[in-house]
Amino acid sequence: MSQKTGTPLNILVLVKHVPDVQFERHLLPNGHRLDRQDSVLSELDEYAIEAALALAESRGGEKGGNHVTALTMGPAGAANAVKKSLQMGASAGVHISDAALEGSDAGATSLVLATAIKHLGGFDVVLTGMASTDAETSLVPAQLAERLGLAQLTNLSAVELDDANIITATRMGEDGAQTLSAPLPVLISVTDQANEPRYPNFRGILAAKKKKITTLSLAELGIEASTVGTAGSGTRVLDAAPHEPRSAGEIITDSGQAGLALVDFLADAKLI
Amino acid sequence: MLKILVYIHAPAQTPTKGQRELLALAASLGEAAVVLGDNADDAARAGLHGAGATAFYGAVTPEQLRGELIAPAVSLLVAAVRAAGADAVLLPNTMEGREIAARAAVRLDSGVITDAVAVDQELNVTKSVLAGSYTVRARITRGPALITLKANSVQPAEAQDSGAQVPPVQTLELGESGPAARITATAPHIASGRPELSEARFVVAGGRGVDGDFGPVEDLADALGAAVGASRAATDAGWIDHSAQVGQTGVTVSPQLYISAGISGAIQQKAGMQSAKYIVAINKDPDAPIFEIADLGIIGDLASVLPQAAAEIRRRQG
Ligand SMILES: Cc1cc2nc3c(=O)[nH]c(=O)nc-3n(C[C@H](O)[C@H](O)[C@H](O)COP(=O)(O)OP(=O)(O)OC[C@H]3O[C@@H](n4cnc5c(N)ncnc54)[C@H](O)[C@@H]3O)c2cc1C
Ligand SMILES: Nc1ncnc2c1ncn2[C@@H]1O[C@H](COP(=O)(O)O)[C@@H](O)[C@H]1O
Repeated sequence: MSQKTGTPLNILVLVKHVPDVQFERHLLPNGHRLDRQDSVLSELDEYAIEAALALAESRGGEKGGNHVTALTMGPAGAANAVKKSLQMGASAGVHISDAALEGSDAGATSLVLATAIKHLGGFDVVLTGMASTDAETSLVPAQLAERLGLAQLTNLSAVELDDANIITATRMGEDGAQTLSAPLPVLISVTDQANEPRYPNFRGILAAKKKKITTLSLAELGIEASTVGTAGSGTRVLDAAPHEPRSAGEIITDSGQAGLALVDFLADAKLI
Repeated sequence: MLKILVYIHAPAQTPTKGQRELLALAASLGEAAVVLGDNADDAARAGLHGAGATAFYGAVTPEQLRGELIAPAVSLLVAAVRAAGADAVLLPNTMEGREIAARAAVRLDSGVITDAVAVDQELNVTKSVLAGSYTVRARITRGPALITLKANSVQPAEAQDSGAQVPPVQTLELGESGPAARITATAPHIASGRPELSEARFVVAGGRGVDGDFGPVEDLADALGAAVGASRAATDAGWIDHSAQVGQTGVTVSPQLYISAGISGAIQQKAGMQSAKYIVAINKDPDAPIFEIADLGIIGDLASVLPQAAAEIRRRQG
């Protein structure tokens, strides 16, 4: 599989630990923060990990000197997102954890992540998911490109790297399918169209136990607590109200006339 | 009076519904000026002026906006915010709109709120979060407020012939906008003749249950003047273009009516459609989760229900 052409790559992949979308999710009454129990690796970040591993493997993988580091910022449990990345095949993990980070919005989050990326240094590719499944903003990747001064290739449905270290990629933009090109280093985000994420296998799970997860605090990154968390964020939630869940309406079984009943429904609702 | 900038990504011969929504919201908050994300000829500017734009900002070199991804547009927007002394910027809640807002917020040291459905006179923003399970009000606490507005959220401005003189474009230098990817080719979407999915009043969507044939879905859509949507199972199977995918990783829609045919109603599909005013679901399986949120649920075969409904609509329309 692996072609040992081109220089080895140093890749960083950003992963987030989020409440499982399959369960009901809640905002906590004070401060309107998200209840983060029952969290998992954001499923959209699995595509980013897969893309990172595939890029590394195209240059000969770990044996070829390629390195994939998984980085997360979040409370203690967030280390699990890094652990799963290591099980899938990442070589090393980093977890930024600090009480002062609570309540960080996209701007504050991207500030911390960008500072950590500079601190860790020397990446050819920074890879992210298309959106976190809790915040769902897709702001962090673009803000990282801005803060790191990297070309942004975001929401990609296909990525290729040639021997001359030029990335060619496709994205479905508002104006149509765009073909993009940029030399390394770059910031990339991938969609769920980009690949099929692998499952950690037994060997991967065993190997992950020997891999190291480094923890970093704000002090180690030289970040002032006042520039992050609620205090450092440029947005503030004023209030939050749960939606009345949608309830089921009328349910009918077709016995040959349901198409007509559908049209009656539309007429009654004054839609036609 | 607040100064509000509206970012128009692709000025068209007549402003789109989404663009008229942005202008209507801007005019309700203050004085509405437009930032042109590309060339806009006299007709395009007259259309935007007729829909409420009182001033225009554009790039000295609009080619740059087309040749490189996002970074030049950020430079233009930031220059326009400074030239106009803007209090807020409204952008479309598209991939491009969010990304431009994201980076502009870093340069302006301000905040961004995405997915807005309403903005009040104090610039407090209403949006829904966690796939529609909460409504949240939030505000931007420093710098010019950057807000991306979801389609179908406000009454669009009427595009009228203003009669008055159309204001000229104030051109701005983009300067050095930093490293960016080159856009080497763009393959435009194939025009279907149907309404734009994200802005449509009605959507008819098909899933794995159409089993390869979108004919009945398209036929009902055309009888209703609706856009066609799909589940990821249908787009992954290649039965319809990926741009029709509704859901977490596809398009988010908020139409008056969403007809879901042969779609089970997975959480990722619901995330993109459950803010529809009315939901009608057709599914063979009485236990399909989509029935839990449908205003009308029909247990039946879409291959017979959809054509019958389409024929009945055409009959009633005469
Ligand atoms: C990261 C991620 C992101 C995703 N993003 C999205 C997204 O954006 N949008 C999305 O839609 N999905 C998304 N999915 C996939 C989602 O989880 C479901 O797999 C998908 O929505 C299922 O599509 P479906 O309902 O068409 O197919 P199925 O779940 O297979 O359901 C088909 C339904 O059709 C019914 N049916 C069959 N034949 C007929 C007939 N003749 N008449 C009537 N009914 C019939 C069946 O009873 C069944 O309920 C995502 C998944 C992941 C992991
Ligand atoms: N706290 C975080 N830690 C690590 N990566 C993150 C974090 N927040 C966001 N990201 C990355 O940024 C992407 C987009 O997230 P968002 O902008 O929140 O929608 C995610 O898919 C992650 O790759």
